[in-house]
Amino acid sequence: MKLLTINIDKCTGCRACEYACSFVHTGVFNPLDSRIRISEFLDDFVFIPSVCTQCEDAYCISVCPTYALSKNTQTGVVEFDSDKCVGCKQCIISCPWGSIRLNHTGKELIKCDMCGGDPECVKVCHAKALEYEEVEDMVMDKKHRNAIRYKELIAQQQGV
Amino acid sequence: MLKGGYVGKILRVNLTNGNVMTEDINEKWAEMYIGGRGYGTRVMLEEVDAKVDPLSPDNKVIIATGPLGSTYAPSSGRVMVITKGALNGAIACSNSGGHFAPELKRAGYDMIIIEGKAPNPVYLWIYKGAVQIRDASKLIGENVKKTDAFLKKNTHPEAGTLEIGPAAEKLSLISNITFDGHRAAGRTGVGAVLASKNLKGIAVKGNLGIAVADNEAFAKAVYSARSFLSKDPFSGNGAAVLGTSMLVNIINGLGALPSFNASDAYFENADNISGERLAAENLVRNEGCDSCPIACGRVTEIRKGKYKGEHGVGPEYEPIWALGSMCGVDDLDSVVMASYLCDDYGLDSISAGATVACAMDLYEAGYIPKDDVSFELKFGSPDALVEAVRLMGEQNTPFGKLLAQGSYRLAEHYGHPEFSMSVKKQEFPAYDARAIKGIGLGYATSNRGACHVRGYTIPTEIFNRKVDRLAYEGKAELTKTMQDLTAALDSTGICLFTTFGLKAKDIAAMFEAATGFKCDADEFVKKGERIWNIEKIFNLKAGFNMFDDALPERLEKEPIKTGPSKGEVTDLSRMLPEYYKIRGWDENGIPKQDKLQELSIEDLI
Repeated sequence: MKLLTINIDKCTGCRACEYACSFVHTGVFNPLDSRIRISEFLDDFVFIPSVCTQCEDAYCISVCPTYALSKNTQTGVVEFDSDKCVGCKQCIISCPWGSIRLNHTGKELIKCDMCGGDPECVKVCHAKALEYEEVEDMVMDKKHRNAIRYKELIAQQQGV
Repeated sequence: MLKGGYVGKILRVNLTNGNVMTEDINEKWAEMYIGGRGYGTRVMLEEVDAKVDPLSPDNKVIIATGPLGSTYAPSSGRVMVITKGALNGAIACSNSGGHFAPELKRAGYDMIIIEGKAPNPVYLWIYKGAVQIRDASKLIGENVKKTDAFLKKNTHPEAGTLEIGPAAEKLSLISNITFDGHRAAGRTGVGAVLASKNLKGIAVKGNLGIAVADNEAFAKAVYSARSFLSKDPFSGNGAAVLGTSMLVNIINGLGALPSFNASDAYFENADNISGERLAAENLVRNEGCDSCPIACGRVTEIRKGKYKGEHGVGPEYEPIWALGSMCGVDDLDSVVMASYLCDDYGLDSISAGATVACAMDLYEAGYIPKDDVSFELKFGSPDALVEAVRLMGEQNTPFGKLLAQGSYRLAEHYGHPEFSMSVKKQEFPAYDARAIKGIGLGYATSNRGACHVRGYTIPTEIFNRKVDRLAYEGKAELTKTMQDLTAALDSTGICLFTTFGLKAKDIAAMFEAATGFKCDADEFVKKGERIWNIEKIFNLKAGFNMFDDALPERLEKEPIKTGPSKGEVTDLSRMLPEYYKIRGWDENGIPKQDKLQELSIEDLI
């Protein structure tokens, strides 16, 4: 399964992802319609993207009274069917990440749909803060990086 | 009907009487002048007497965006400030990156025209169709960062802001306008013009979407442009790793880094203030302007010495040069500190550094009496540098006040204007015109005074193997081409750095797809030529003439002393007449009738 991963250290705060997301979903450039949002902390120049994590046991799905949200077991994406939505906003309240929200009209619900397996936000992220990768690859990569750190620590202790 | 790219509205704020109006964009002007810099200059020609005192209420300030802003077009977050500049009274367009421009567009305006003068210090808050003129008396004397924080706290945490610092409030002629507390429209003294209107800042938050004329064509053009940018060594990787200051070692290696107030063009200790050193010792992270894949911005801190713990953004290549080699200073932490101070006070760090260098030169030559300065103002002294910038920013001593007026007024005051390394009273930037001939022609003919970003010939002159940087031949043509292309691309709202990877046709394709205006590469550059010519017309009306298209005497008479370009001087007369001719101007540099007709601007002169 592939995941949209975020590397906070690499984000430059350019917000091209917000533009790309809103444009591909609505045909208009408006960060308020973007499924991915950047929080910026200008004091320290830290930029933190946040987007739906496609939970396995998603709060939004369990609280939705009209079954508008469902887990696609093949792609792993938590899918949203706007035809079934009555706008009760329980999902917004229940999502711990703020990943489901209302668009610029303040009425319609939006959430990340992974662009059907080819996320537009990743394509415009030149800093590679956003990547779309296999979970296993990411896990291996992390394991390996940590292993290198331990190896170096051990080498230091042994005075090599 | 405007099809996309533009919002279609202009906000007009008269600060004298508090009137706020919304007007439609003139569609014909949009097509002829693109937007931003071009459109703004056309408005200035229409509405402002070119002879007006830049600091009088009759001058206007236009804060403008371009049709590519607030989209994912690469590096499209540019905002332009168009006015009659305080430093020299020429047409000023000073640009900045950041996120202000897209917020302004999404708030429903392509530009703001500011007129008159408020009775008391004020700031503007623009949100959801409402414009409030709010009291700013509490903000007087506050530095740039704190003003930005105040504006965001009192309006919206994600508002785009612009603000002036204490230097501008006291009408320093080299004061800037800062955007979001850390990106600046630095040159030509635009800060003082805003201050003369009693306008301390603007905060704006948008919630509208920006549409383009042809979605499919726009996506195609943008992705193609982004891929070109990622392949170029500078815009693809170099700028992200080393920032613009990667140029310090490159330019010094050519013997083209003006040093000691341009009495030399080679700085022996350049490596101490290089991009590599900055990356190793001070860099915390990169920061990017709106939609920018290049992300040249530097977030930095000082980790040792007496300024340990200070942090901020930059310095870029230009401030490193101005506050570094130009002053003969090779202590990077002091250069970084001086740059932070410029940012806090709201000073143009190019002019500020070059002015300190001029003062050091005058002092060492014995033209500044020892009584005027309380410390040893010598080349190479890091402490003198930092102290001089402080005096310039505070302006609470007569000498500090003089420094804040820029190098020309300073040198003139002490009877030696030839010590000012300026054209049209504006200090030239970090490339020595003796060692790279074409850029000298650019300095001399730039409509806003000496400047590298009006016609950036540097990449062609130093990286293109077919071009000899020391030759005069072909430089008139090159300068004109870059000036016209830059005028057009500035006006679309994208950054000049995109030209490292993009050609005119790539930008024209994005412009056409966004606006629906038919435009190929030739037509795009023609629009740029039209913009260049109307800027020139404004300057002619303001009283400038061919004698103002001149370089500082030093560059033509004093050979470079050391380094790879040793012995070089420059000779503007070997390029300027040809330049006028290629421009379709007469020998006095006045546009000829047939050129004006070709550009459909014959009614403007």
